[in-house]
Amino acid sequence: MPSTLAPLLVLIMDYNFHWRPVWRALPDLLDAALITLEVALLSMVIGIVIGMVLAIMRLYGNIAMRGFASVWIEAARNTPALLQFFFFGFGLGAFDLHLSPYMIVLVGLSFNNAGYLAENFRGGFQAIPVTQFNAARCLGMTSSQAFIRIVIPQVFKLVYHPMTNQMVWAVLISSLGMLVGFRELAGETQFMASNTFRLFEFFLAAAVIYYLIVKIILLVFYLISRRLFNY
Amino acid sequence: MSEAAAQIQFFTSFQASDLKYLAEAAGNTLLISVIAISIGSVLGTLFGWALSVSKLVAFSLGSILDVFRSVPLIIQLLLFYNFFPIIGFPLDPFEAGVVVLIFYTSALVAQVARGGIEAVPDSLRRASRSLGMTYWQEMRYVVFPVGTRAVLPSWAGVALGVLKDSALVSVLGYVELLRASQILITRTQEPFIILAIVGAFYFALSYPIAKVTDRLEKRWQYD
Repeated sequence: MPSTLAPLLVLIMDYNFHWRPVWRALPDLLDAALITLEVALLSMVIGIVIGMVLAIMRLYGNIAMRGFASVWIEAARNTPALLQFFFFGFGLGAFDLHLSPYMIVLVGLSFNNAGYLAENFRGGFQAIPVTQFNAARCLGMTSSQAFIRIVIPQVFKLVYHPMTNQMVWAVLISSLGMLVGFRELAGETQFMASNTFRLFEFFLAAAVIYYLIVKIILLVFYLISRRLFNY
Repeated sequence: MSEAAAQIQFFTSFQASDLKYLAEAAGNTLLISVIAISIGSVLGTLFGWALSVSKLVAFSLGSILDVFRSVPLIIQLLLFYNFFPIIGFPLDPFEAGVVVLIFYTSALVAQVARGGIEAVPDSLRRASRSLGMTYWQEMRYVVFPVGTRAVLPSWAGVALGVLKDSALVSVLGYVELLRASQILITRTQEPFIILAIVGAFYFALSYPIAKVTDRLEKRWQYD
């Protein structure tokens, strides 16, 4: 910033930025960022497994299975993630289930991911022509072999891009952990900011770290996709 | 103890008047999301058009809008809420929430709008120009209707997302549906039932929109 502008800015902004507390807390913030990544990745793995099951239940299941999957998917997609977190965190107390902050975020995120991914998978399953399955059966595969070896890899390729988005989304939603007392990146930032009263500086630092995390995830997923689908 | 004093209760359970309170809060949720979605969509469409016009704009504006999609909304809200007092304009939670939600929406809609414009085949656009339409006529009568139909589902997805994300404005202190649920939980100590009811409210707000767009999408396919 040119020094001639400084007096003008002081007139407008009666505020001094203090970045030192942020620098000092940076290692803690980066540790917290790792926790964010960990919980997001874990919830993605759980979400993919459950989402796959839900999609198959909704497409091929009997009426009870279809109903169960529909309720899960619609509830996950049509209510705010924060409400889901609160539900798992505080609502389940009615059944004597008291989750730790880590579990609240993990369970809430997995629930949310599973619902969104199930819809993606459903679209993927519907996009694979049934002739693929029939051809595999003709070649002597059992139906589960045909399903696992022929259909699912193709679905996986189709939903890879939405899955990348969901992973980014999971990282962003995990920031709600701050509101249920979980010390991931946002929670740690909130904690540090309240300790030092430098709210703006800390949240700006958190925003930058989140931005970098998202970019790194996109890059990594892009590199993986190049290796996986380059045939 | 007199009869009147015996009737005073400090912790009452969930009662009918609370439903009215929740309904009002749902109105607040609807208000803030309708404002954010309508202004954000108009702004986002303009951004989307700008993105599709020139490579330079696509790079510069695109990377700015990208920030709104790569930083958690809650951090954006807290950042802006703490930023305005610094430059001397303290905003109340509603105003700060609306401003952030508008930018957030416009960043998401810009991507959708660009997709819509690119979904219109070049040959169709050239055909309209060779019929003598001006650029703006082409935009208004060819690109807009065709593009809208192509991206309506994604736009609805964004709108529903913003409706749900508006719950985060509660963090700043604006009393919308989720905040109202917290207030009621504090009094009644019945989180399960209240969160279930609030979930039902959100569901009632967003599910019909999802169904209507589904139907519209199917109908437009055969138009």
